[in-house]
Parts: sequence; structure tokens; C-alpha cells
Amino acid sequence: MTLNSNGIFKEKRRVSSRVEEVPPSGIRRFFDLASEMKGVISLGVGEPDFVTPWNIREACVHSLEQGYTMYTPNSGLPELREEIAKYFSKRFNLDYDPNCEVLVTVGASEAIDLALRALVEPGDEVLIPEPCFVSYKPCTIFAGGTPVTLSTTAQSGFKIKPEDIITKITPKTKILLLSYPCNPTGASYSYQELLELAGVVEKYDLLVISDEIYSELTYDGFKHYSFASLPNMKERTIVHNGFSKAFAMTGWRIGFAAGNENIISAMTKIHQYSIMCAPIMGQKAAVEALRNGLPAMNEMVAEYEKRKRLIVSGLRDMGLSCIDPQGAFYVFPSIKETGLTSEEFAEMLLREEKVAVVPGTAFGECGEGHVRCSYAASTGNIIEALNRMRRLLGRLNPKVMSL
Amino acid sequence: MIDQARMEILELLEKGKSLSPKHIAMMLGKEEAEVRKIIKELKEEKIILKHKTIIDWEKAGRETVEAVIDVRVSPQRDVGFDVVASKIYRFPEVKSVYLMSGTYDLSVVVEGKNMKDVALFVAEKLATIENVLSTTTHFRLKKYKEDGIFFTGENEDNRMVVSP
Ligand SMILES: Cc1ncc(COP(=O)(O)O)c(C=O)c1O
Repeated sequence: MTLNSNGIFKEKRRVSSRVEEVPPSGIRRFFDLASEMKGVISLGVGEPDFVTPWNIREACVHSLEQGYTMYTPNSGLPELREEIAKYFSKRFNLDYDPNCEVLVTVGASEAIDLALRALVEPGDEVLIPEPCFVSYKPCTIFAGGTPVTLSTTAQSGFKIKPEDIITKITPKTKILLLSYPCNPTGASYSYQELLELAGVVEKYDLLVISDEIYSELTYDGFKHYSFASLPNMKERTIVHNGFSKAFAMTGWRIGFAAGNENIISAMTKIHQYSIMCAPIMGQKAAVEALRNGLPAMNEMVAEYEKRKRLIVSGLRDMGLSCIDPQGAFYVFPSIKETGLTSEEFAEMLLREEKVAVVPGTAFGECGEGHVRCSYAASTGNIIEALNRMRRLLGRLNPKVMSL
Repeated sequence: MIDQARMEILELLEKGKSLSPKHIAMMLGKEEAEVRKIIKELKEEKIILKHKTIIDWEKAGRETVEAVIDVRVSPQRDVGFDVVASKIYRFPEVKSVYLMSGTYDLSVVVEGKNMKDVALFVAEKLATIENVLSTTTHFRLKKYKEDGIFFTGENEDNRMVVSP
């Protein structure tokens, strides 16, 4: 029997077991801890530190002045879907019909949830490489599916290989939920690596939910290829992307999905009944982002790239091994040297040095031994956070300081 | 030809108030010694002139006034406006001087303790310089943005401290 904290639901179980069995996000506890403290430097933030570029904000203000305060078509403003289709074509050489193969959603979050709900039959297995974004497993469970973890490690650069998929295949395997560049590891796949994965996907007739929300944030010349752009993959891939990361537009809640007409129309059906449409203000701003926001985006990417180099060499300098990420705005150093668990280390760092990071285990069990540091923070804060981390490591292990 | 490394270093120095050569080297993927050498050269070539801190003096409690003065000048043979400009910019009261296109010639920024202070400086020092034809003084009333920095508190970080 389940008790609600205020004791109202004593008699009957009200909340479905499917929902109740999903544990709350591991990030929540650190949020609560960090929020109570003063003077915290946060490397724990999963969103850009930039404010949305002014021309994009201004486009929204203008649309409000013009009286755009109504519903839009379920699948999104036609001009936005047009711009999204053009973007896919220009950036990834992918042609989608804006009328039936593109859906505008409330963030990529909604799009991922829709795809799972539209595709998963009860008991279907969804392959999820970990560490990964926190929503994949819960959303799979909410949709009635069974998440199957593909664990990755630092040795493999936090990437899956075809064998990892093959060993987990069962008759119920239906979907591979891939995300690259990855939150929390920053890992991404080269064209060759993607081709190999595509081979297995085709062989076992899988569908791919590809979360490419960080596709624009890649560094040091690394090029992002959309999974749908690989040979024979377009029909079996639903690409997810959005404005949150590339255009610093997290609060606007605008994302999108593109793929096969039947799947998009199934997703649209759920979206139509549960959400109706994404907010028009955000959609108007998103149109401006795609039309005129690319220079501002490029400036932000150049800035992230410098910070990434700073934080990677800073962490390595203090003796923490850390893979040089290909994209996103996270590094995922190993803290195994300290002998502490991820949770212990993150909590100690927060309490003793007032630096917030997220324990790797919040993104899957195989994240143990690592912490996620976000470099969506000012250079000054990154430098100060690195100093504080070094100080803590020095106390934990005097040898580290002499490195 | 524009030297990429020099440009990148200059941009970082202009933006990041207290970046050490070591941190710049980390950010650009270069050796610290190389960055030090380039910065030294940039200083020797007088490309890097000075480091400046942007201060909201009003918030700090110091009351000063600032005026922008449009100055019309009759240019001189061979030297144009340069000699008059140099006579103006040598006064310590003068913060900056620009040669302008349009209806006047020099734009002069003057700082003083109060309006009277500035007005006296204009009347006694500026207007009396040879070849200065006229002056128009505009007092600055409020500062919204300077060198890319908002003076209105909008630079704050309003994000949640930890998020997925
Ligand atoms: C991998 C990944 N996918 C999706 C999202 C959610 O993005 P949106 O704001 O578009 O819902 C995030 C946000 O942190 C993310 O990291």
C-alpha cells in the first residue's frame, strides 16, 4: 500500500505502479542541496549560460505586438516547418516534406516521449546506451516498453559498438535510442562508426530514435552526421532536435522531430490530443532563429570550444583522466583515483568547496566513478571551479597536488 | 595578413578580464610560452595598450558628471585636425577624443566633479583653443551600456543551479 506524504490516499493505491516504480531523478537531490547554499559555482547546469540572442527575443516581442497569441496547426506553424525542412536539407543533406514529415513539439523532450509512445507495444524492448540523458528510461517505461541498457565505459570512449547491440538483441527488441553528441559524456560518433551501427540496425530490422539535440555543438573540426542521412536509415530513423541548446532557447520549449510520414503522423496524433500545439511565441522565435540566428549560434559554439579546451586541460592537469569530448557542453572526468563514489565525491565537492557537479550515476549505473561537469559557465567561473576542485583533490590525496 | 593566433588572443584578452597566459594557452590549445611571446609582441607593437576595468562609479558612490562635446574646428593646412585634437586630448579632464564625420569635427568626452566644473572647463580651456570655432555640450544623464556591459543588472545568471 502506498502512502502519500499528506496521508490522503491511505486506503487505495492511486498512483499506477508503472509510474511509482520509476525512481525520482538523481539530479533532484543535488539541486536541493546546491540551492540551499550560497556562493556555489555551478558546473551542474544542463543548459546554455547565454541568454537567447536578442534578435530572436525581439522577433517574439514583435509577434506579441502583432497579436500572435493563438493556437497554431497541430504540427506547428507552416513557416517554421518550412525552415526546419530547409535546415535539414542544408546541414545534413536530408530532405523531409514539411507538410507531413516534420512535427514541431514542446522541446525535444516531448518529441522523444511521443516517438516512444507511438512506437512501443507493451513489452517491446528499447536499447538505450548509458550513461545517457535522464528521460529515456522513464519515458520508455511510461510508454509500456522495457528499457535494455547498453553500458559504455571510458575505455570505449562511452560509445557503443555493433557487438554491444547484437548481444542484447531478443525477439522483442524494437528500437535503438541513440543520442550523440551525448549528455553527459560529450561523446559522438564518426561517420564510419555510425555506418557500422547502421549495419546492425538494418540487419535486425530496428527503428532508431536519434536524439541529436547537440548536433550543432561539436568542436575542433568534428563533423556531425545525422543518423537518418546514413544509407537506408532515413525510413527507420526519427531524428529529434530542437532550439534549446544550439540557440540558447531552453525556456522557449520548442523542439522537433522528422521522419517517415506514418510515424510522424502517429506522433502527431498523440501530440494533437495531449498537447494541441507548441506555444506560438516560441514558434515565432524559432522561425527567426533558423532564418537569422546562425551567426550568433556560431559565436556561442566558438566560445564553448575554448572553454572545453580550458576545462579538459585543467582537469587533466590535476590528475583526473578525462576524454576529450567531441560535442555538447559536458566533460565526464573519472574521479576513481579518489576512491570515492560519484555521489560521495560530488557531495564533498559541493559541501567543502561549493562547486556543483552532477554524479555520473544520475545518468546510469555505468556512470559510477565519473562526474558530469558542464562548461556552460563563464570562463572565470570555470577557472575558479577548477582551482577549488584542485584544492579538494589535494586534501584527498596529497600526491595529486604534486603532479 | 591577419594572424589567427594573435586575433584569438586579443579577443580573449578583451573579453576575459583576468585571463592568465596559461589559461589562454589552454583555451587555444597552444603552449604557454608561445602565448607569452605573442602577448609581449602585441604590447611592444602598441596593439595592446592597457587593461581597463569597467566600473559603475555611480553605484560605488562617486558622483561625477560626464559630457560629450561637439567641437567644430577649422582644419589647418598639412595637419588637418590633428594639431587641434592633440591640444584637446592632452588635458587630463578629457577622457576621449574622436574625429567625426558630419556636422561637427571632434567629439570630446570630458569628466568633471559637477556640471559647473565641466562648463568652466569648456568655456575657459576648450573654446579658447585656436581654430576651435564652436562647442556644443551634452551632459550624459544615465549609463545603460558601456563596452558591451549592461549597467542594469541584466548580466545576472538566472538559471537553476543544477539541471539535467
Ligand atoms: C540529450 C538531451 N536530449 C533532450 C534534451 C531536452 O531538450 P529540450 O529542451 O528540447 O526538451 C536535453 C536537455 O538537457 C538533452 O540533454
